[in-house]
Amino acid sequence: MAIDQATVRKIASLARIAISDAEAAAMEGELNGILGWVEQLGEVDVTGVEPMTAVIPNNLRLRDDVVDADPLTGGNRRDDVLANAPAPQHGFFGVPKVIE
Amino acid sequence: MTDLTNLTVAQIRDGHRAGNFSAVEVAEAFNANVAGAKALNAFIVETPDHALAAAKAADADRAAGTLKPLSGVPIGMKDLFATNGVQTTAASHMLEGFVPRYESTVSQKLWDAGAGMLGKLNLDQFAMGSSNETSYFGNVISPWKRNDGGNAALAPGGSSGGSSSAIAARLCPAATGTDTGGSIRQPAAFTGISGIKPTYGRCSRWGIVAFASSLDQAGPMARDVRDCAIMLENMAGFDPKDATSLNLPVPDWEAALSSDLKGKTVGIPKEYRLEGIDPDIDAMWDAGIAMLKDAGAEVAQISLPHTKYALPAYYIIAPAEASSNLARYDGVRYGLRDLPQGAGLQDMYAATRADGFGPEVKRRIMIGTYVLSAGFYDAYYTQAQKVRTLIARDFEAAFASCDVILAPTAPSAAFGLGEKTADPLAMYLNDVFAVPASLAGLPAMSVPAALNREGLPLGLQIIGKAFDEQGVLNAGLAIEERAGFTARAEKWW
Repeated sequence: MAIDQATVRKIASLARIAISDAEAAAMEGELNGILGWVEQLGEVDVTGVEPMTAVIPNNLRLRDDVVDADPLTGGNRRDDVLANAPAPQHGFFGVPKVIE
Repeated sequence: MTDLTNLTVAQIRDGHRAGNFSAVEVAEAFNANVAGAKALNAFIVETPDHALAAAKAADADRAAGTLKPLSGVPIGMKDLFATNGVQTTAASHMLEGFVPRYESTVSQKLWDAGAGMLGKLNLDQFAMGSSNETSYFGNVISPWKRNDGGNAALAPGGSSGGSSSAIAARLCPAATGTDTGGSIRQPAAFTGISGIKPTYGRCSRWGIVAFASSLDQAGPMARDVRDCAIMLENMAGFDPKDATSLNLPVPDWEAALSSDLKGKTVGIPKEYRLEGIDPDIDAMWDAGIAMLKDAGAEVAQISLPHTKYALPAYYIIAPAEASSNLARYDGVRYGLRDLPQGAGLQDMYAATRADGFGPEVKRRIMIGTYVLSAGFYDAYYTQAQKVRTLIARDFEAAFASCDVILAPTAPSAAFGLGEKTADPLAMYLNDVFAVPASLAGLPAMSVPAALNREGLPLGLQIIGKAFDEQGVLNAGLAIEERAGFTARAEKWW
C-alpha cells in the first residue's frame, strides 16, 4: 500500500527525526519504491511457519547474581559514563527544562 | 630488502619470530604507507603510535621468549569497534568526537594477541551501504582502476570499504570487518582480497556499534585464506557480555587448513544463476566449480527455493532492528546534541537526529519505524521473519546433500562512485548473493577468483554449515591455490 506525505511525516515524528517539506516529498517516493518492492513477500505461503527468533540455537544465560560481577559493566563508573555526554551537569546528564 | 608491506600476516608473524626483521620496522613501513595514501580516504583516524607501541612490545617479547600469536602484526580496525581512548564514529556525524572509555571484546582480543592498530578504518555510515558512499567522512576510493584507460574512481564495496581498500593497497596486512548483509564479503570481492563472516555468535558483538543485532557479525579481511584463519582465531570466542555469543571452543583453524576436498560435496544453487547477469560472473563461477572438482570434491546441483525473497526480507528485518538500535542516539548521553534556541526535549531529539544521521540511515530508520508500527507489524515484520525461517530451512535441506555451497559473491565487479547512488534499490540489489547466508547465520567467505574483462577482481563465495568455518576456509584455500590470483592495483595514490 502506498504511503503519502502525511504518513511520511507521521513516521518521522515517531522516529524523532525532524524533516522539511522537501525531504518529506523526496522520502515519499523513496519509501514507496522500497515498500512496493518488499510487498512481494506477501506471495510466500507461510502457513504453519514460525517466525524466526534465533538464527543459531542458543540458550539465554543469566549472569551470577553478584554486584559488579564484571568490572567493565558494573557500577561506580559515573565519570566514564558521563565522559561523552554533550551537557553533563553536577554528575548527571543535562537536558532542556522538561517541567516549567 | 623485501618490502615488508607486501608480506602476509603469516609471513610477518613467522619472519618476525625468525628474527628476519623487527616489529618496529614492520610498523614503520605500514605507518608510512598509511600516511602516504590520503587519496584513498581509507582511514578516519590514523594511530601510528598504537602500532609502534605494540611493535616495541613485540620486539621485547621476542627477546624475552614470550611471543604471542599476532606479535609484530599491525592491523586496521573498522571504525565500528569501540576503541578505548580513540575516536569511534561508525562514520557518522552523530558520533563524531565520541571517544569510548572501554574496548570492544574483539579489538581487545586482538591487542591481547599482540597486534597493533594502524588506525580506524572508514565505512558506510552505521555500516549501512554497499559502496562506502554514505560515510560522513567522505567516500573511500578503491585502489583499483578499470583497464579502459579511463580514470573513473571505483567503489571499494561496503560497508567495510575502508578495510578492503586499505588491504588491497597494502596499507595494512589485515583488518577487522563486520557483516550484516554482505559487508565483509562484497568489499573483499570488489578489491581482490579475502574475507570471512563466521557463524553468527562466533565473535562477540560487545563494543561494536549496533546496526541489526540478529545479523551483525564481525570477521576478518586479509589477502589470503590462511591470514583469515589466523585473524579469526584471535577474534572469536565466548563472551559473557554478549547474550548471543556462542559458548564453544575456538578451533585451530589455521593448523587444520587443507585444500584436499576428497569426500566433500559442493552444492551449486540453481537459483543463483540470474537471468542477464554479467557473463564474466558466470564464467568465473564455472571455473570455480572446476577448481573444486580438481581438489577432489563432488559437485551436486541444489535448490534454495526462497532465494529471491531473501533481499526483501532483509530490507524489512535489518531496518526494523536498526530503527530500534539507533533510538539510543538522543543527544542526551553521548554523541551529537542539536538544541535549537528555546527547544524542549522532543525538539532536541528530532533536531539532533535530523542533523546527526545521513540520508541512508534516516531512510532505514524510517522504513524500520513504519514496518514495526501498529497495524503493519504482522504484514511486514512477522511475515519477513517467517520467510527468514523458510530461507534457513532451504539451507538445512540443501546441506543434507552437500558440505559447502559455491556461488558468486556479488552480481558484478566494482562499480563507479556515484553510479548507483540515485536509486537506493539498485544499490540494495548488490547484496543479492550475500544476504541469504546472513539471514541464516551461516559462515561464508569470499576469495578472489578472476579478473573480469575490465581488469577488475571478482570473488567467489563459499557458504558453509553453521559452525563449519573450517569447511569454508578449506574450500576457499582450494580455490585460492588453483585460481592463482596475484593481480594487484597499480599504485596511483
